[in-house]
Parts: sequence; structure tokens; C-alpha cells
Amino acid sequence: RVLELTGCAASMVASSRSYADFTPEATFDIKKVDLHRLEEGPPLTATLTREEGLKYYRTMQTIRRMELKADQLYKQKIIRGFCHLYDGQEACAVGIEGGITLSDHLITAYRAHGYTLTRGGTVREIMAELTGRRGGIAKGKGGSMHMYTKNFYGGNGIVGAQVPLGAGVALACKYLGNDQLCVSLYGDGAANQGQIFETYNMSSLWKLPIIFICENNQYGMGTSVERSSASTEYYKRGDYIPGLRVDGMDVLCVREATKFAADHCRSGKGPILMELQTYRYHGHSMSDPGVSYRTREEIQEVRSKSDPISMLKDRMLSNNMASIEELKEIDIAVRKEIEDAAQFATTDPEPPLDDLCSHIFANDQPFEVRAATPWTKLTSTS
Amino acid sequence: VASVWILSECVSLFQVNVRDALNQAMDEELERDERVFLLGEEVAQYDGAYKVSRGLWKKYGDKRIIDTPITEMGFAGIAVGAAFAGLRPICEFMTWNFSMQAIDQVINSAAKTYYMSAGAQPVPIVFRGPNGSSAGVAAQHSQCFAAWYGHCPGLKVVSPWNSEDARGLLKAAIRDDNPVVFLENELMYGVPFDLSEDVMQKDFVIPIGKAKVERRGTHITLVSHSRCVGFCLDAASVLAKEGVECEVVNLRTIRPLDVDTIEASVMKTGHLVTVEGGWPQYGVGAEICARVMEGPAFNYLDAPAVRVTGVDIPMPYAKILEDHSVPQIKDIIFSVKKVLNM
Repeated sequence: RVLELTGCAASMVASSRSYADFTPEATFDIKKVDLHRLEEGPPLTATLTREEGLKYYRTMQTIRRMELKADQLYKQKIIRGFCHLYDGQEACAVGIEGGITLSDHLITAYRAHGYTLTRGGTVREIMAELTGRRGGIAKGKGGSMHMYTKNFYGGNGIVGAQVPLGAGVALACKYLGNDQLCVSLYGDGAANQGQIFETYNMSSLWKLPIIFICENNQYGMGTSVERSSASTEYYKRGDYIPGLRVDGMDVLCVREATKFAADHCRSGKGPILMELQTYRYHGHSMSDPGVSYRTREEIQEVRSKSDPISMLKDRMLSNNMASIEELKEIDIAVRKEIEDAAQFATTDPEPPLDDLCSHIFANDQPFEVRAATPWTKLTSTS
Repeated sequence: VASVWILSECVSLFQVNVRDALNQAMDEELERDERVFLLGEEVAQYDGAYKVSRGLWKKYGDKRIIDTPITEMGFAGIAVGAAFAGLRPICEFMTWNFSMQAIDQVINSAAKTYYMSAGAQPVPIVFRGPNGSSAGVAAQHSQCFAAWYGHCPGLKVVSPWNSEDARGLLKAAIRDDNPVVFLENELMYGVPFDLSEDVMQKDFVIPIGKAKVERRGTHITLVSHSRCVGFCLDAASVLAKEGVECEVVNLRTIRPLDVDTIEASVMKTGHLVTVEGGWPQYGVGAEICARVMEGPAFNYLDAPAVRVTGVDIPMPYAKILEDHSVPQIKDIIFSVKKVLNM
């Protein structure tokens, strides 16, 4: 696919370097995980194959460029409303997916574009949803915060509400006996929500196969963790639930911790909680420049020292798992994919007005919907 | 069971109170579809705070009848998530007053999701429990939520009156692939009604969105829901002695409102009184009047349409005060006579 997209000349360059030149797999030391109510944690090393590395690199780069393109389109007023960007946090979405399968389930809050991609959405349909077109993943009806794919339940706008929903999905997994689990994500801001503690309680009582994941990016909107939370040790906040605090900027750390957590769930032990320490480069949303409550120096420091994509790239290059040219080709391919998607997203027509009232009820007869005045008759279909 | 002769045919009638009608409906639907389950406070080992789920835990066990902690927001969210993932939960609120703790999950997670996902994610869930005034339970336990939930697109809202309603509408709600708010009434739970064999069939369902004319009349239309339907029928009996024949319409469903049945009745009688237990402002009666104003029935009205409602105050405790906070039969009779200029 890389070769398809980059054209003939580039493919000549790629094929002149034979596959046998690269290291097929390497093992890396990864940061030790802080444990809560656990005797043992995930391993201190992670093995990465060349194939996995290229896949993680490409996916993270796709998320990165997709989010940056969304930033651009938002500033051009082609995307409107809420737009919460994920750049900086890519290792979380990609690492988590590396530790579960697509038959497992996942739900998150509103910073959801990255997850929509890792859960099977395409850049095209994600971008077209942001621009509110009929080719959008929710046909333009949902927008940035309401994107869904198979076994991915959004995209949720109400802070914290997604956590009990995720436990409900986990309950269904246990009820149906299908050995699947549900990953239920929330941020440091949401971590103080009462309904999350209610969910901790019921999930533990009923031993639901749920992995709670707190993506701690240090700020809930403009409020730093020290100013919002009496305890910032989010991995311990589940109290009786075992917890792990993980470097969320390292895709391998995230993957190994997720695998560990998934084993825990699937063995019937009930819930487990992971805190991923991560960082968002953008402000809370496109309305937030993101520098009134934190310094530009801080952002720059994270970018230069802990960028998830750079970290993976350096690992692969220094272990001869890929060449610079190869990674550049992936970058070019990703850029093209994003450009094509943006082109689609800006030219696809808006949803038809006939669609205005559809999708109120599932599997129902069409019915009349009250319009803005009593004389207009609108119809809703399923 | 009683056997009676109707039109020279021997018909079996089953005396079933509303509580048992709900219980039997749930029992039959639990048996019919393995994905159906019940969760809520005290629904299992306590047999239900109002005994509506009596016997179900003994029969179906922990997996399908689940006692929850007192955490409405959490367990309502869990119920909705289970519906996302393909189960068919019945989520009980001990009373609808407690649904306010969880109302975000009912509206934002359940009602709106099918629309936001453009049809990708249906939410086949029933929220049920007793609604409205009871007896001596005071202000925080007596609110009627028909208007609040009836306001929201994406929800179906039903309000049964008698045992036939309770049975048929609960079965329909459980079989519906959409979120249904099911408003019961505690004071009706113990009231017995005669049900025919047809109604007792396992596949007896009442279509959601269809009102029923409980009593035919020609002089005035009374539109009501839940317990007040009984008061309307009582008022109609008294008024019949004075030669006034009331047509009593039992809404059965709050949303979608069966405007056609209401309009047909008003076009026949030319007079309308709505009767509800809830507060007057922005209520069910207000909606009915607005719709009649906007539609063909307006031209048939010989007098303004009027609402009989609960008194616009928080519910007091003392019996004499409580009695004067809810619509009484004499209020309905008085309103009918006023509207008919008698």
C-alpha cells in the first residue's frame, strides 16, 4: 500500500534495499510501572517486530497529521463547533489497541478522533464528519464528539458519562460469556466524577471485565491536576481496584500494560485501572490557545523530550528496524491520505434535508415530526 | 378466573391487579428473550420495593435479576451501555423522582444516541417505575415526570392506567428497539381489573402511540393518562345522571401523542377538558391544548379547551392538604360544567 501511494520512483528506492537488511524484531527496556494493590506488573521489556513498529508508526503519524489538518480546517472555519484534538497522545490510542483486539470493546469521551481511527474508522469518514458532510462516519448528524464504529461506542460529550456506559458494555460481555472486555477511558478532569466511583463499585462487586483507563494529560480544560484533585494518584483512586501508572508517551509501555490488564480481566478477576501519563499539545479544544494556564516552554519540552512518534522512530532507526527513507515514505503516504481525505471532506455535499428527522427510532414505521411551524410536515424514518 | 356470559358466549375473565399484570409481563418477556434482564434497587431478593418483581429472582437468578447499590446515575449508565452492546435491559427506578439523579443517562446517552450515530447504535432499553403522586410521601417523592420526558425526541413515553394497559404496554416497551420511559402509578398497583383471554395471551401487545377511547360520549371529550383516567370515568358516571355524556380518552402513550384520536373526539363533541396529576405549567394538558389549537379540531370547539391539573405547589404531607393538591372527581365535574356552560 505504501508503494501504491508513493508512486514508481519511490518504490524503486524502497525495493533496492532488501528486506533482509533490517532487524526483524528487537527487545526494548521500558519504564517500570507504578503498582497499586498488585504484586506484579507488566514486564520491564517489550519486544517489537518490524511489522508492528511500522504499523504503530504509521497509525500514530496518521492520527498526528489528521489532527493537524483538522486544526487547519477549523481555523478556516470549515470545521465548526467543538473540536478536541489528540496530538501528543497518540501512543495511548495505538498502544491500547495493540493490547486488545477489535472484538473487544472501547468507549471514550470527546477527544475521540484517534480512537475512531484505531477502532476501524477511516480518515475520510472522520474528516467528513468534522466538516458535517453526508460522507461522514455519522452522516454529519454527530460531529466531532459522536463518532461510532463496530465495538466503539463513541465519542461522548458529557464528562464521565461514558464510564458507566463502558461498564454496561462489560456487563454484556460477561452476560453473553464471550470472553471480550471493555476499555473505558476518561481524563484527569473526569476522574473526580461521582458516577465513576459508582462504576468502580458496581464493576468490582459484579467482577465486570472492564479496564478503566485514565488518560492523565495534566489538565482538565484549563485546570491543572493539582488544582482539581485532592489526590492526583489517579491509578489509586479506584481504591480496592488494582491500578497501574504507565508512561503514556511510550507506545510499548502502553501496549504491555494493556496486555497485562486484559489478561487480568479475562481471567475473571474483575476490573483493573490504568493511568496513562500523557500530554496534549493543543489546548483543550480549538477555542483554547492552551497557553494561559501552562507555559509554551512546558509544551516545547514535552515535544522535544517525550514525543511518542519520535520515540518510536528513534528506537526503530537505532536498531536498524527501518530506514529513514522508508519512514519518510510512510510520512509522504500519510500526508497524501490526509490530503485526499481533506479534499473529500471539503467537497462532499452536506447531508440532504430529507435526512433531518431520520434516525430518531430504530426499526420503526415512518412518522411525522413537528417542524418549526405547524404547517410544515416533516417525516422521520429509521 | 371468572366465567361470564357476553353476547351469549361464555368468556373467561381473569382478575389481575396492575402489579401482577406488570409482573406477568416481565416474566413472560424474560422467558421469551434471553437478552432481557432487570436491574434496579431491591428488585431481586426484596422482590421489588413495591413487589412488582416478586418471584422473578427466584425463577431467573442473579444473572437476569440484578440488585444494584443506591447509585442511580451509575446503574442507569450501566443499563444503557448494556443496551448498546446488544442486551435488552429493564432499568427500574424505585420511583421516577430518583431518575433525576440519572436523567443525563436517560436523555443524553439513551434518547439521543440513535440520532447522533445516524442509525448505527440503537438503544433497546426500558426505564420503568412508579411516577407521580402517592399517599403521604410528600414533596420529594411525588413529582410527575410525564412532561419532562415527554419533551424529548428519541424517547417513547408511556403511562398505563389499568392492568390491560400495564401488560400490553410493558410487553410492547420491552420488545421495542428504542428507549422507553414507562411511567407506572403506585396507587394503581393494587387495583384489580378483569382481563379477557385475548389480553392474557403471551403475544398480547398494545401499540405504543395509540390512545384508547374508554367511554364513548357526545357532549365533551376528557383526555387523561394514568390514574386520572379512572377519575374521568367516575366523573362521567356522575355526569351521565345529569344527561351529560362524556367521551373519555385514555392516552396510554405520552410520546408520541395520539393527536388523531384526540382530534377525532373533539371534532365530534366540540368540547375538551384534559386531566392530569402533574403540574400545569408546560405540562401534558398544555401540549394537548396547543396541538388542538394548531389543528383541524380547533374549528369544532364551542368553548376554549381547559386543563385540570395538580395544584402548582410542591406536594404537602398532611392528608387534607395532599387531597387538595391533586385533581379530584369534583374538579373534573366542575370543569365539564363550566366548559359546557351549565
